[in-house]
Amino acid sequence: MHQPAWKRWLQQNLGFASALLLLAAIYLLYNMLHPRGFSSAVAVQNANETAAIAFVAMAQTIPVLAGGLDLSVGAVMTLTSCIASVLVNGSPAEIVFGMIATLLSGTAFGLANGLIVVYGRIQPIIATLATGAIAIGLALLVRPKPGGDVDGDLGWALTNSVWDFADTYGLADGGDAWWLRPFADIPVPLIIVLLVTALVWVPFRRSVTGRTVYAIGSAEGAAFMSGLPIARAKIAAFTLGGFFAACGGLYLAIQTSSGNADLQQAGAYTLNSIAAVVLGGTSLLGGVGGAVASLVGAAILRVISFYFRILDIDPLLQPLIEGLVLLVAVSFGAIRTLRVKNKLDLFR
Amino acid sequence: MSSPIVEYRGISKYFAGVRALENVDFSCRAGSIHGVLGENGAGKSTLIKIMAGVLRPDAGEMLLEGRPVSFSEPQSAAAAGIVCMFQELSLVPDLSVADNISIARPPRRFGLIDRRAQVARAEALLARVRCEDIDPNALVRELSLSRRQMVEIAKALGRDPKVLILDEATSALTARDVQTVYDLLGELKAQGVASLFISHRMHEVDQLCDTLSVFRNGRHIETFAKGDKSERDIVRLMIGRDVEAQFPPKPAPVPAAERGAPLLSVEGLAWQNRLNGIDLSVQAGEIVGLGGLDGQGQKELLLALFGVLRDVEGKVVIDGQKGVPRSPAAARSGRTRIALVPEDRKTEGLMLGMSIGDNLLASSFSRISRGPFLDPALARQSIDDGIERLKIKAGSAADPVMTLSGGNQQKVVIAKWLMIDPDIILLNDPTRGIDVGTKQEIYRLMRELANAGKAILFYSSDYAELIGCCDRVSVLYGGRVVSEKEGDQLTEEGLIAASLNIDVEAA
Repeated sequence: MHQPAWKRWLQQNLGFASALLLLAAIYLLYNMLHPRGFSSAVAVQNANETAAIAFVAMAQTIPVLAGGLDLSVGAVMTLTSCIASVLVNGSPAEIVFGMIATLLSGTAFGLANGLIVVYGRIQPIIATLATGAIAIGLALLVRPKPGGDVDGDLGWALTNSVWDFADTYGLADGGDAWWLRPFADIPVPLIIVLLVTALVWVPFRRSVTGRTVYAIGSAEGAAFMSGLPIARAKIAAFTLGGFFAACGGLYLAIQTSSGNADLQQAGAYTLNSIAAVVLGGTSLLGGVGGAVASLVGAAILRVISFYFRILDIDPLLQPLIEGLVLLVAVSFGAIRTLRVKNKLDLFR
Repeated sequence: MSSPIVEYRGISKYFAGVRALENVDFSCRAGSIHGVLGENGAGKSTLIKIMAGVLRPDAGEMLLEGRPVSFSEPQSAAAAGIVCMFQELSLVPDLSVADNISIARPPRRFGLIDRRAQVARAEALLARVRCEDIDPNALVRELSLSRRQMVEIAKALGRDPKVLILDEATSALTARDVQTVYDLLGELKAQGVASLFISHRMHEVDQLCDTLSVFRNGRHIETFAKGDKSERDIVRLMIGRDVEAQFPPKPAPVPAAERGAPLLSVEGLAWQNRLNGIDLSVQAGEIVGLGGLDGQGQKELLLALFGVLRDVEGKVVIDGQKGVPRSPAAARSGRTRIALVPEDRKTEGLMLGMSIGDNLLASSFSRISRGPFLDPALARQSIDDGIERLKIKAGSAADPVMTLSGGNQQKVVIAKWLMIDPDIILLNDPTRGIDVGTKQEIYRLMRELANAGKAILFYSSDYAELIGCCDRVSVLYGGRVVSEKEGDQLTEEGLIAASLNIDVEAA
């Protein structure tokens, strides 16, 4: 009588499923075309380039699920990478402290966003446009000139394969232990992203607060009438966004062993995060989608750009082609509106 | 008799100075099913919204089990055991049925929502409302309206109510589901739950409730045990005696045989499950009313005729041309021009932040343009004419329209449409929430327009208005015209009886 579970899942997650399929297809093709395809080195390089945007896309997802946009995610990433470039060095204890302080500062920034949106009653898009500028301003104070001094061992260990990580810190017989062998070639950034997702996003989604975020985006009135904690969920959405953006900033600092209060980079990351969210199948109206979907969306964005390196395409064409691909992908979301029977509903 | 579980003492509630509830004393007992009756706008919704913590009373106090309570939000009312099922469903469309049923207090494991337990709980509750066919993992948006209502009922049951409020909760249900709900309410009654039942279906109320209360104009009129009064008496209580508004005189009715071809004729109009075969016609020079309770398809009918709805079925002939307009733009600029004064003037009628002048011109830009540009002199002239014609009280036409009072805002909407010189005018409750003086001006204007040969289709939730203004009234029930009243039959009693789909003469 009831549909089989897989069929229902597919129906309810059509956007995510097609994004996943698209990613698998284009990444497979990419590896086949790449002269050193299917190697650990290529995978490590790809993962390094994807980690920061993946985190920022997840940061964007949660406010979007609640029906708002966060235009400060790229700036918060930049701010936290500048903070990390100052703090993440010295003794192991200092490094750990620096990392925690970086993550906390981004989280606090997100919390401020949430408080401004909820208690200042300002629309998210304009509130975060302002706080984003503030974040860049703070980043310039922290690091007026590009540079920094992030611990080298850490940079090496976190941006290579699992074997390199073990080798750097002398763990598991320098990476040669038999039980590590099956995982030795996996890129560390991939593991970090998946670990943060599993430890932060998955529990959040299964909390009442997380569910409330979806309910707000889907039908805020019904959420209110059902007695859900709306203010708390909105604040949590932006706070968690700040945390994920800080993860992105921390990783970027470690990867480049420096910080740079780059306004343009911040803007590009913010816009790409929105693109990744949509590509993954999350609705900009809120209520549908998830952070994992945005991971896939971010990966698709990056893989498209990888192609420009191996195919001899004029780099000048890159923005044009990226734009076209994005437009086609996003159009699928509009098919829904053809089925609306009361045209007034299109404007509600 | 058991003691009251909920008691109102002198509760009043006003909206922008308009009385919604006035000095209401009301109580309902544990282990009873209490029907609340009243016309549209009698205060029933306000009554239950206060109980459910959606609204706070302006005066008076509410007692729950003898103790005064004050709910600031639905959450606190639910925590106290008052569970309400609203007309507008409180389900979240993008979450699953199981998520919705346990939405605010899900079963948890290690602090996280335990999905398996949640599905099991949903299955148990759905079985209790005999809806095993609903998949707990389906999204609510995938369900039909009647299934959603059953989910809503399962959700309410899961909250272990002491007081269960059903506001039109059976309006979309199938006959089998209605029986299920009756059985359930019977069970709950035996368990000592108080159910407040609000329904426009008279026979439902009659069959189900043990106590009835009648509300009128924000006042609690009377509470009595079922069977103490006849349906006829109940209808009288609902109408009461009210000051009649002044209506312009109607022309002598034209006998049906002498009428010419109608300007607008509708046969078997159907759309989704909201319109189920509407038949009616309007002559030039005639005002035809749409009666019936809220939500019986009147709004959808007007929207369909204005080209807003897609996939409308049935035969519509407008001045010899078949079919409904493709869009509002087509409706307004066709050979036979159609205007719609919409339900909600704040969102559908006006652009609140724009000036009075721009709003007045919004539908007739093409009439005051030369080439691609507006002719400022012509625009100025049209705006002045519109303001003059409807006697809109405005400081300057450049002021934002939101600075006007409700009545003057509505006049702007009407003036906007009169600028296109429409042949057919569709009015969706145009006098709702506006003052008596403006209402009378609108009544007079309607008659003037009819006398000038326009065809007017007029929906109003106010029966007195329909009787005073209309040449004929078609009463809708469940997306169909169930009765057509004119002449001597056009009485408040007759309209109410037709709206409730009962036969007073037989009662």
